[in-house]
Amino acid sequence: MKATVHVMLKNGVLDPQGEAVRHALGALGFDGVNGVRQGKVIELDLADGTSEDDVTAMCEKLLANTVIESYRVEMG
Amino acid sequence: MKAAVVVFPGSNCDRDLAVAFRAAGAEVEMVWHKDTELPQGVDIVGVPGGFSFGDYLRCGAIAANSPICKAVKGHADKGGYVFGVCNGFQVLTETGILPGALLRNAGLKYICKTVGLRVETSQSAFTEGYNAGDVVDIPIAHHDGNYFADDSTLDALEGDDRVAFRYTDNPNGSQRDIAGILSENRRVLGMMPHPERAADAGHGGTDGQALFRAVVGQLTSA
Repeated sequence: MKATVHVMLKNGVLDPQGEAVRHALGALGFDGVNGVRQGKVIELDLADGTSEDDVTAMCEKLLANTVIESYRVEMG
Repeated sequence: MKAAVVVFPGSNCDRDLAVAFRAAGAEVEMVWHKDTELPQGVDIVGVPGGFSFGDYLRCGAIAANSPICKAVKGHADKGGYVFGVCNGFQVLTETGILPGALLRNAGLKYICKTVGLRVETSQSAFTEGYNAGDVVDIPIAHHDGNYFADDSTLDALEGDDRVAFRYTDNPNGSQRDIAGILSENRRVLGMMPHPERAADAGHGGTDGQALFRAVVGQLTSA
């Protein structure tokens, strides 16, 4: 079974990489990009029976730093 | 007085840190990240700079979950001294020993240069060799040194006199120009700049020497 974890910087935490991407898009002529936030996607290949709670524990312990990041778990 | 310096795969300032501790009079033992215990009688643990585990996932995140870090946390919880430099500071925030986190530099560039630091407090074993308000020249070398914490944490750090150093000219976007912070009991210091790279005349500067002499001196007399 699979799980996907989306990790994003929390709102209010400056994302200089997203900001650089926004500038680059503007330089390429893509007008109207008001903001870019960059995060990461982590795909997990899990043993059957792994619960969403287990994945949440993985996020809390390692995959995300909850001081600066939020995360969302998608099972399956 | 005994110091232990932790070595992770990818650490590259571990020996520099050991040399600086030794020059100040400490006996130094290196400990490997897979070790589960610190050597007997360790007074201070040095968590060095570098790129532990290739900075994969987040700087310091994987190191923070290594076996030795459990022991380092136990040492800190018992009131032991810990000194984290650069990647070591990132590891200490990832373990939760120190509050906040280190984000990508606001200018996105890796910065390697000597910067001015203002000593904000002399009330710690690490900084008692300086006077509050002194400005010292210490090198930085990092890509992720942009200190972040929420406002209430920052207010608490300032209110408790736990900001050890501030940049005189903020190079990386750190909140409130913070370069280094102390734990609540003032026995853990984490800082992005590298005092061990300014601890010998051959380095081109010796402003970092006072830090090592102070903490080694205090722990030797204790």
